[in-house]
Amino acid sequence: MPVTVASEWLNSCSGCEISLVDLGERLLDVLNLVEFVHIPVLLDHKYFGQTGEKDHLDIPEADVGIISGGIRNEEHAEIAAHMRSRCKVIIALGTCATHGGIPALANGFPVSELLERCFSTETTDDNPRTFDPPVPRLLEVCSALDEHIAVDVSLPGCPPHPDQLFTALSALLQGKAPDLPTKSVCDTCPTVREGKGKLTKLRRFLQNPHYHSPDEPLDKMRCLLEQGFLCMGPVTRAGCGGDAKTPRCIAARVPCRGCYGPVRHDGNPMLDMLNALASNGIDVKSLPEFPSLLRFAGGHRLLRPIRPRKES
Amino acid sequence: MSRLIHIQPITRIEGHASIQIQLDDAGDVRDARVNIMSLRGFEKFIEGKPAEEVPRIVNRICGICPWMHHLASNKAVDRCFGVTPPPAAQKLRELMQTIAHAEDKLLHFFFLAAADFVIGPDADYSVRNVIGIAKAHPDLAQKVVRMRHRAKMILERFAGKAIHPIAGVVGGFSKPMLEEDRREILAQMRELLDFALFTLEFAKTKVFPPYLETIQSLGVIRTGFIGTVDETGALNLYDGRVRLMKPDGSFMEFDVQDYADVIGEHVEPYSYAKMPYAKVWNEGFSLDEANPRGIYRANTLARINVADRIATPRAQAELEEFREKFGRPAQATLLYHWARLIEEVYACEHAIELLEDPGICDPHVRAEVEPRAGRGVGSVEAPRGTLIHDYSTDDNGLITRANLIVGTTHNIAPMNLSVKQAAKSIIHKGVVDQGLLNRVEMAVRAYDP
Repeated sequence: MPVTVASEWLNSCSGCEISLVDLGERLLDVLNLVEFVHIPVLLDHKYFGQTGEKDHLDIPEADVGIISGGIRNEEHAEIAAHMRSRCKVIIALGTCATHGGIPALANGFPVSELLERCFSTETTDDNPRTFDPPVPRLLEVCSALDEHIAVDVSLPGCPPHPDQLFTALSALLQGKAPDLPTKSVCDTCPTVREGKGKLTKLRRFLQNPHYHSPDEPLDKMRCLLEQGFLCMGPVTRAGCGGDAKTPRCIAARVPCRGCYGPVRHDGNPMLDMLNALASNGIDVKSLPEFPSLLRFAGGHRLLRPIRPRKES
Repeated sequence: MSRLIHIQPITRIEGHASIQIQLDDAGDVRDARVNIMSLRGFEKFIEGKPAEEVPRIVNRICGICPWMHHLASNKAVDRCFGVTPPPAAQKLRELMQTIAHAEDKLLHFFFLAAADFVIGPDADYSVRNVIGIAKAHPDLAQKVVRMRHRAKMILERFAGKAIHPIAGVVGGFSKPMLEEDRREILAQMRELLDFALFTLEFAKTKVFPPYLETIQSLGVIRTGFIGTVDETGALNLYDGRVRLMKPDGSFMEFDVQDYADVIGEHVEPYSYAKMPYAKVWNEGFSLDEANPRGIYRANTLARINVADRIATPRAQAELEEFREKFGRPAQATLLYHWARLIEEVYACEHAIELLEDPGICDPHVRAEVEPRAGRGVGSVEAPRGTLIHDYSTDDNGLITRANLIVGTTHNIAPMNLSVKQAAKSIIHKGVVDQGLLNRVEMAVRAYDP
């Protein structure tokens, strides 16, 4: 009997689903072991019956439910709850589902300001800015999945590496819990650490890091944080490099921004990073702003609108 | 009795949408529309962020075309900060974007669209999909999966991340290309060109012929078109002037810095996605199918309609054959699929041209840059249409204002027209079944939204 799988995408970009397709030929092996009963990107199964004849949402029962994306609107919340009721195991796929992800940067603003700006740009006509059903109402905040439903397995990553997806899915198909990395990106980074030296300020990423020749291997290049660039490696969960281990942004000689979310599921990357910098004598005021440090983990109410200071 | 048919969600597309079809008392279609259900608010929430960080934030707008957002954004930030990337960096950016196009078109054709033709529009939904294709044609499926994956892994191996890229940086590119990279990628792109030619031939001889009548009738509407061309009027996916064509084939060109004088965005209460239209035509906006106003289309068919020619030989020969058969501008909606495969050939040929230039290995890939106040508009042709990012920055180089016109949105209004046309032509006396409703969805799928 193949394992039945239902898959949904909520406040997402489809990058997680494309990462699944990036399994390459391993995808064909996975498809032989599972039977998809619902996955809108690939399969024409509809919510309300195939000709829209039912009056209630109806996703088939499945052994495994995979959900990418966080929860931004009423439809997302309804689908997430329904998936939970129909699936034995729920996997939160990708950092939007596990921590809110990039779209949770919206939590830095009240939802009214979001709507106001999007429908009053310089090219937008002066139309009414109200929306009718079936367009779903936005919720006040953008949430991670586990703020609405119980989640059994969290697979962070923006997107999760295909190697990791393959390992995790293979384990789940055998009824085992997947073995996921628990270390930080720094623990898998090949660059050279010599100590921070006299570093007291960070630079913005406006020039490429220093290394001696275009073909110099990464394990000869000095750590980007020690070179004075903000790198979120110390506070970010490892795994982005897949089986090759080397973090993907570092492979392009670019600093980490934290796309795998915090090392501990309930960590706060902004506070952890600022603490790490301050305790090493680095002036955090040399950073241009702080909310970007929460760009992948703004769910769980970690990122909130900045209230204007009251006049005293 | 009048009733409402709701196809929810539209499947085998990227994103969240549904179709509502309103039937009158006789069971004929009174109206039909496409609902776009999601809004994330990038235009607002990048405010206050350092501009140089934004190209690695806005790529999350789309996991299928993250390179397009990444590079349009990089171009906009370059302009805000007043920097011109060195030639090798521009070549690397263009190469990555071109290979991303090549990969994207294979993904759409085989994984999302082909099942409607290869398995058939009326087949049961359980087999009318890529998994059904894999079971019915295992050899083809294996080849498709391998070739698409190879294209994608070129991006991953050279640029670190293929999905949500980070290698484009303000002022240039994050790393130079080594001679051994160049030779390896060149060999792979030559193989991919062979596969692109095979795919087009396969489509022309096996996939499209049984459906030529459907192709010339389903979802057909008459609109204008938009796309980017170079200084000779040839198709260009990465850079150039934007050409806006009227339904009669006459056209104007503009510098994308002036896009706001040309394009307006209309809002309807049934769609979070705005509907761009040709403000410059001074005829307003209307979705009246008998007399649409301001409506133009983007994406593959639009680009090959507005371009006078294609600068690479194989794709040019295909364009000539296409024009011989369907004219210019070709209006039939399902021809988007055919045009997509011609662009696939172009993307492979052009990537090879870029890789045959030894200058792409010049180690100088990033210009010096300082944050400053400015304004910049950056654009590229995304698979789904002309993509425009427009930012302003303050003295510290933080974003103060952003306006985005995303490729897919150009086609939201036309999709509404095509769906209305398709529904009206195939639903009569209240009779609907899965096959008929799937045909209505096919009118959306052609646009690859």
